[in-house]
Amino acid sequence: MDLFEYQARDLLASHGVPVLPGGVAETPEQAEAIAREIGQTVVVKAQVKVGGRGKAGGVKLADNPEDAKARAQDILGLDIKGHITHRVMVAQASDIAEEYYFSYLLDRSNRTFLAMASVEGGMEIEQLAVERPEALARIPVDATVGVDAAKAAEIVDAAGFAPEVRDQVIAIAVQLWDAFSKEDATLVEVNPLAKAPDGTVLALDAKITLDENAGFRQPAHEALEDAAAADPLEAAAKEKDLNYVKLEGEVGIIGNGAGLVMSTLDVVAYAGEEFGGVRPANFLDIGGGASAEVMANGLGIILSDPAVKSVFVNVFGGITACDAVANGIVAALQQLGDQATKPLVVRLDGNNVEEGRRILADANHPLVTVVDTMDGAARRAAELAAA
Amino acid sequence: MSIFLNENSKVIVQGMTGSEGMKHTSRMLASGTAIVGGVNPRKAGQNVDFDGTSVPVFGSVADAMKETGADVSVIFVPPPFAKAAAIEAVDAQIGLAVIITEGIPVHDSTYVWAHAQGGATRIIGPNCPGLISPGRSNAGIIPANITKQGKIGLVSKSGTLTYQMMYELRDIGFSTAVGIGGDPVIGTTHIDCLQAFQDDPETEAIVMIGEIGGDAEERAADFVKANVTKPVVGYVAGFTAPEGKTMGHAGAIVSGSAGTAQAKKEALEAAGVRVGKTPSETATLMREIIGG
Repeated sequence: MDLFEYQARDLLASHGVPVLPGGVAETPEQAEAIAREIGQTVVVKAQVKVGGRGKAGGVKLADNPEDAKARAQDILGLDIKGHITHRVMVAQASDIAEEYYFSYLLDRSNRTFLAMASVEGGMEIEQLAVERPEALARIPVDATVGVDAAKAAEIVDAAGFAPEVRDQVIAIAVQLWDAFSKEDATLVEVNPLAKAPDGTVLALDAKITLDENAGFRQPAHEALEDAAAADPLEAAAKEKDLNYVKLEGEVGIIGNGAGLVMSTLDVVAYAGEEFGGVRPANFLDIGGGASAEVMANGLGIILSDPAVKSVFVNVFGGITACDAVANGIVAALQQLGDQATKPLVVRLDGNNVEEGRRILADANHPLVTVVDTMDGAARRAAELAAA
Repeated sequence: MSIFLNENSKVIVQGMTGSEGMKHTSRMLASGTAIVGGVNPRKAGQNVDFDGTSVPVFGSVADAMKETGADVSVIFVPPPFAKAAAIEAVDAQIGLAVIITEGIPVHDSTYVWAHAQGGATRIIGPNCPGLISPGRSNAGIIPANITKQGKIGLVSKSGTLTYQMMYELRDIGFSTAVGIGGDPVIGTTHIDCLQAFQDDPETEAIVMIGEIGGDAEERAADFVKANVTKPVVGYVAGFTAPEGKTMGHAGAIVSGSAGTAQAKKEALEAAGVRVGKTPSETATLMREIIGG
């Protein structure tokens, strides 16, 4: 889960990282009130989870509370690369003497954590890494040891921070590790880490990604989810514990196992090329169990998507054999009754496949077509969606 | 021969007395796996009956190994306790720990991996279906009756795609099929399995199944080019997955241009690996090579 800037700022502040005073506003009036409290020049920043806010007009300075209100008025509702701005952060503006970069992240290639730091902040870090790799220190962090003051000093010295900021940056590096490890983050990136004219070092902007697998021990993280941004179908699926992702297409997809469902999307898109570019409408993994109830919930979500013109149910009968899956489909269709209005192409393979196909044949549901192969079924589903 | 798991493997189950552990221990026993014990400190000394087979419960992995000579542990422990279970297995120096558990925080799996460095334990998973050497032993949740012993080696990030591929090539059979899991940090990689299959005299050809995210397939492609003389066919899932969306596997997420299915396919093809457009086409490519 990626956090908004204001959420990241609050989370870092709660671990002692120095940040500028500020708050988040959903209305121009709220922005005005925050600016009044700060009592000096503020910066009004669009809260969207996409880069390039400044260029899109989403970051503005305001000299006084009235000005902050006007700027918030401009920015709220702004469409930045397809992301609508629902909130602005209003923070004390700071003059910047120097900009640095600091991050911790999961380095999955090397199966370890990694600290990255540079005294050349302010530019795109990907660009810096390519153009001047020597300017970006990369220090692996042993997950069993973490970052103490000595490790932080190793990172800070590798990046070449100047003596007058060294101690401050070391302290911040330890605080950032505290946030990274205790919050179960997979990314904590401060860019820029800035030195103000008075010599104070502060985190001016931050990106944080949290690990959703850690939800069981991070109860506070649930409140950070952006309910407003979720697709209504995704929200409905989540309530039923379904692993569903909405896509832009016409063929509804249900399958078991993440890899098989991803593969199903590809095979449908590939088959769809023949039928005017028909595409998969969603990802939905009903898992190994594939019970009638889960099947009914899944079909219910997919059939309520107005973009869906046909549905492809692609199940490999492993632990749950094909006869149980077929019974699940029949029961689901009964349960849905008149709600089931779109053609279903079913492909079953694996354990007890003959029995599974027999059950579907006996049920003889007018909407259901059984096709024996995955590629053939994808083609049929694409054809039906294009009709 | 097979890799990592054979008819002499003695398997214990951590989390055997939980519902998933009970269900799959029963299935593993039914497929002929030598399950020699379970681990649960609160039920140590008890026996659990599986259709007439009595399996003893031990208080720790170390105790179970001492009493039974176990060399494989399959872990079904729920996410909050999986880290401790894996560390226990590593500290007991068991040869192979297969972590089936889905949903382990990545800080925990990264910790376990770091902790296991230099130790005696090979880790497979987490969030994986385990591995099967058909006709010999089955450590995990892969259905045992899909196929038989044979000459194909299979390594895959995905469980159901593993089953699908085993099914497509069921008449030829497999030496070992390894589901390495779809999490960002896993213990055994494509490369580890490719090396083991290359060294296994029974394996004549290898199927490698990958998916979007990370650079494991690209690294595996380099490895194949440099080190694998046996024929390899590949499949990659996730061409249509949008950037930044998680599709079930926490590792299957594309950020920026790295880790796309297209990049992986190109890397594999550049290494001489034939890559199928669909699982069935991939199976056909394997048939052309192995003649079955």
